[in-house]
Amino acid sequence: MRILLIALLLFASRAFALEVANVEKLAFGESDEQVAAIAALVASGDPQAAAVLQALADGELQVAGKRVLIVKGEEATDAVTGAKVAPLPEEREGVVANNRLRRELAGALAGLKLTSPQREARLAAVKELAGGADPAMLPLVKRALEKEADPTIKPMLELIAATMELKDGSKEARIAAVRMLGGSSNSNTKLLLLGVLEKRKDGSFAEPDEEIRREAQASLRAVEGRLAWGERAGILFTSISLGSILLLAAMGLAITYGLMGVINMAHGELIMVGAYTTYAVQNLFREHAPDAFDWYLACAVPASFMVSAAVGMLLERLVIRWLYGRALETLLATWGISLVLIQTVRTIFGAQNVQVENPAFMSGGVEALMGVVLPWSRIVIVVFAAAVLVGIWLLLTRTRLGLFVRGVTQNRAMASCVGVPTARVDTWAFGLGSGIAGLAGCALSQIGNVGPDLGQAYIVDSFMVVVLGGVGQLAGTVYAALGLGFANKLLEAWQGAVLAKIVVLVFIIMFIQKRPQGLFALKGRAVET
Amino acid sequence: MEKPLGVETASERPSIDPAVDFARAIEHGKPDFAHGVILYLDDISVSFDGFQALNKLSLAIDVGELRCIIGPNGAGKTTMMDVITGKTRPDSGTVFFGQNIDLLKMTEPEVAHAGVGRKFQKPTIFEQHTVFENLELSMKADKRVRNTLFAKLNSEQRDRIAETLRQIRLEDAASRIAGLLSHGQKQWLEIGMLLMQEPKLLLLDEPVAGMSDDETERTAELFLALAGKRSLVVVEHDMAFVAKIARTVTVLHEGSVLAEGPMERVQNDPRVIEVYLGR
Amino acid sequence: MGPVSLLIARLYGPRGWMTLAAFALALFVVFPLCNLAIPEGNPLHLSAYWVSLVGKIMCYAIVALAMDLAWGYAGILSLGHGLFFALGGYAFGMYLMRQIGSDGQYKANMPDFMVFLDWKEFPWAWWNSDQFWWCALLVVLVPGLLAFVFGFFAFRSRIKGVYFSIITQALTYAAMLLFFRNATGFGGNNGFTDFKRILDIPVAIPSTRMALFAITAATLIGSLLLGRYIVTSKFGRILAAIRDAESRVMFCGYNPVHYKLAIWTFSAVLCGIAGALYVPQVGIINPSEMSPANSIEIAIWVAVGGRGTLVGAIVGAGLVNGAKSYFTQAFPEYWLYVLGLIFILVTLFMPKGVVGLWSQWKNRSA
Repeated sequence: MRILLIALLLFASRAFALEVANVEKLAFGESDEQVAAIAALVASGDPQAAAVLQALADGELQVAGKRVLIVKGEEATDAVTGAKVAPLPEEREGVVANNRLRRELAGALAGLKLTSPQREARLAAVKELAGGADPAMLPLVKRALEKEADPTIKPMLELIAATMELKDGSKEARIAAVRMLGGSSNSNTKLLLLGVLEKRKDGSFAEPDEEIRREAQASLRAVEGRLAWGERAGILFTSISLGSILLLAAMGLAITYGLMGVINMAHGELIMVGAYTTYAVQNLFREHAPDAFDWYLACAVPASFMVSAAVGMLLERLVIRWLYGRALETLLATWGISLVLIQTVRTIFGAQNVQVENPAFMSGGVEALMGVVLPWSRIVIVVFAAAVLVGIWLLLTRTRLGLFVRGVTQNRAMASCVGVPTARVDTWAFGLGSGIAGLAGCALSQIGNVGPDLGQAYIVDSFMVVVLGGVGQLAGTVYAALGLGFANKLLEAWQGAVLAKIVVLVFIIMFIQKRPQGLFALKGRAVET
Repeated sequence: MEKPLGVETASERPSIDPAVDFARAIEHGKPDFAHGVILYLDDISVSFDGFQALNKLSLAIDVGELRCIIGPNGAGKTTMMDVITGKTRPDSGTVFFGQNIDLLKMTEPEVAHAGVGRKFQKPTIFEQHTVFENLELSMKADKRVRNTLFAKLNSEQRDRIAETLRQIRLEDAASRIAGLLSHGQKQWLEIGMLLMQEPKLLLLDEPVAGMSDDETERTAELFLALAGKRSLVVVEHDMAFVAKIARTVTVLHEGSVLAEGPMERVQNDPRVIEVYLGR
Repeated sequence: MGPVSLLIARLYGPRGWMTLAAFALALFVVFPLCNLAIPEGNPLHLSAYWVSLVGKIMCYAIVALAMDLAWGYAGILSLGHGLFFALGGYAFGMYLMRQIGSDGQYKANMPDFMVFLDWKEFPWAWWNSDQFWWCALLVVLVPGLLAFVFGFFAFRSRIKGVYFSIITQALTYAAMLLFFRNATGFGGNNGFTDFKRILDIPVAIPSTRMALFAITAATLIGSLLLGRYIVTSKFGRILAAIRDAESRVMFCGYNPVHYKLAIWTFSAVLCGIAGALYVPQVGIINPSEMSPANSIEIAIWVAVGGRGTLVGAIVGAGLVNGAKSYFTQAFPEYWLYVLGLIFILVTLFMPKGVVGLWSQWKNRSA
């Protein structure tokens, strides 16, 4: 019925700006009538139709008596003619779109944008339609296909057309469509093909033609294969991403706990301090240098390092210094520090989460393959983690501070004898570890919520990484972080996030019982305890 | 079928899980010293990350013998004791206590129960306990959890503690906190704790380090008095002390035995001189 | 002297017993009198608020005692004692949930959250949970078994010190995540609440509350005396010896694994019992009891009071929790500062806690 309507309308005169009846139906009709009106407006292909539909979607379509208006702020235009209406009529009422209508609208707007001159708009429209489109739009899609030359958009349009063709078309057209679909990597295509192959309860097939079913079978296999690869690639990436986050969170701890042997339960809060520093820097930029907003990270990275390092050094001087060699006491005291830090942040910034906005170059993502989108923010963090890792490694192996730190951790008394200022080295090393926690906070602020409890979420995980990797082993920390990232994500795909986390924790607990020194520990000469 | 009285079949015997109840497991394995040898070390090798701490070490200690072991730093003396007492597992080789007890299959407390006592290089005592309690805890007794919850000292045990206190000359310090003793007194206390254990073999790692001459003298007397009743293995750097007590001296070097024999012979052995003086 | 009087003398001196008797008098006579016999409005009347607050703190004091036995005497700092406490609470909470019967919001014969999740049968863990004796058994068995198994593997692998602490923290964290899931079968986020009856007696009436209070007080005093018996026995001396020089203990022929396992499991069981007493008095148990922060707070109760003294644990639990309920009402935003500073200052300046200060002061004035 609807197809008939559209066909009729396609041939109808386009001399009028818009068919008045359709606009009125859209504004005053029942929801069935509204849906039909949307289809009719889409089929007209008129730019004014797009404006009306967009207005409805944005809640800007209003009625005043019999007139239908598009009201933008204080200005109004007539929905049918596009002419300005002034003054604004007093009594107006908004046209409310229910959920069903909203779905229709989304598809319809996408259909209209298929012929937009802007490539981005067309791409967005194609993506919207690829999720499932009304077959009634086939003529529109075909029209768009004739004009389309873009190498990315054209194949996607072809797929959409095939999807529609499959629903109703000649046998040849449907076979061609099924073959076409075989080249897709969209999960909706899989459902579509499965629908073709479906067997009804009475034993008959949804698709009576055997040839089409055979083709569909082959296409399905191709699509499934591609989808599986896409999924694997996705898991691989999220694993690396999680691994790099764990690594960032744990690297500072690898220095303070791994090298210095200080159990710093406030490590998570130093991460949080870094995240809030990023937030503060962002606010400064937004207020005082909105033009350079995209560059705020260039300032936030060193700032978060320095603030966290300063806090860490202060703590070392005031508290931790007096507790060296008393690990359990250190643990309790640093936990107290973490509570004070949490409450301080709550007092300054409030208990609610704050928003840290990504700079423009970090929003969005790159589409790798098979429909897997890799967010830029996460890619940047992977690179950042690697850079920090290299930085630490260079610092520890190539600089005097690194030499001192390694010397002090191996033999404090001897280092002191040969003139290493051990107390100062402790402070600097602790500051370094804390600063790296700050960097982790800066990175975390780009992908998640920033709140006073941010650190608590990472403290157990980062200790697990260091313990699993083997205390005092930077390489072990890297392997453990990536390993835990993979284990978490693989199990997550299989059993869900919470169970995955539990399984991983239980695994670590068991692993440590087998190998208390962690993955990479030097087998030392048995010393007396 | 009726079985004769007093004969229990294997299935009736309570099964003993060695991890749960070690003490009972040891009871039915009394060491056999019929050949007059209390400790055999055979072909022991231990390495840590490429460093060869013990290299095919073989050694035998007789019942009642007092053996001194000397050797430069890193010769493997402490590692050898770790192997005997179950602290370090060797890569290869065997350690037997008497003819029949394989020490390598035992944990530290099991080794102690079998009759091997050890004194550490650094005096290791219970610093928060009194001297009396230190001796009480190390006394030979049922050392399972259940027993210690209800244990009470009887007069015989009190006498034994008092006697040991006299032996190590700490009678007046019985109720002092052990952590407050002087270094030499701590050494004595540790030796006293070893005596309370009534071990058949005593391993003593640098027992006179930090003692005054007078204390060293008395320690030598004590060891000489003990020899014969018990076997002693003494690792010491103090050559005067070794010369005073030694009958047989073993020189370790780079994880194996370099020389063995009476003190004078060993002292004049060119290889030993080379090892001690040559670098 | 007979064996009994010897034992009495071994546990506490005359002044210790007098103090204990005074406390017992206050808890068993003064509290019930002031709460039940003296009418409201009279200045001597104790409100239900105070009964439940002191009852709650006594439960915490039992946990602190348990912690002190493990940490103060055996040197095992657990950051997972909140887990054992919560498990005891959940085990008993199951019984209390069953006692609601069909008086819940949905008037069904199952706990509301199960109706909400559209479950038709009880999960396996709820087997027999309508029986008081069975749940009482679980209160002891579940924390005990978990602690035994976990401890067996950990102590056998010679995991100790901070390492052990971190792993226990991971354990309670994992358990918390598990209990947060609805599918685990213990009410998810909300846990158990809205209890109506215990042994078919309404739980909210004053006499039931006072009975629970008295049972808690008796358990606390019993635990203190039992703990005192343990630490003054040879077993207790061996525990302290393990804490100070584990290798010497081993070479003396004791197997430290057995000793640690015994005190650790006992400590966990004590926590479970405290949890079971806590739930009917406070009226709720949920997974946040298992959060790592809760467990580490237990350690500070002990540290504040003075570890290795048992009485200190009770004093510490009372002081910190008293301060907590004052601050969270009067100055909620300052409580974390106070708690944090307690952690820092006590570890830096009061290694022996309040009890240590007290005896120092006594020695000086004497």
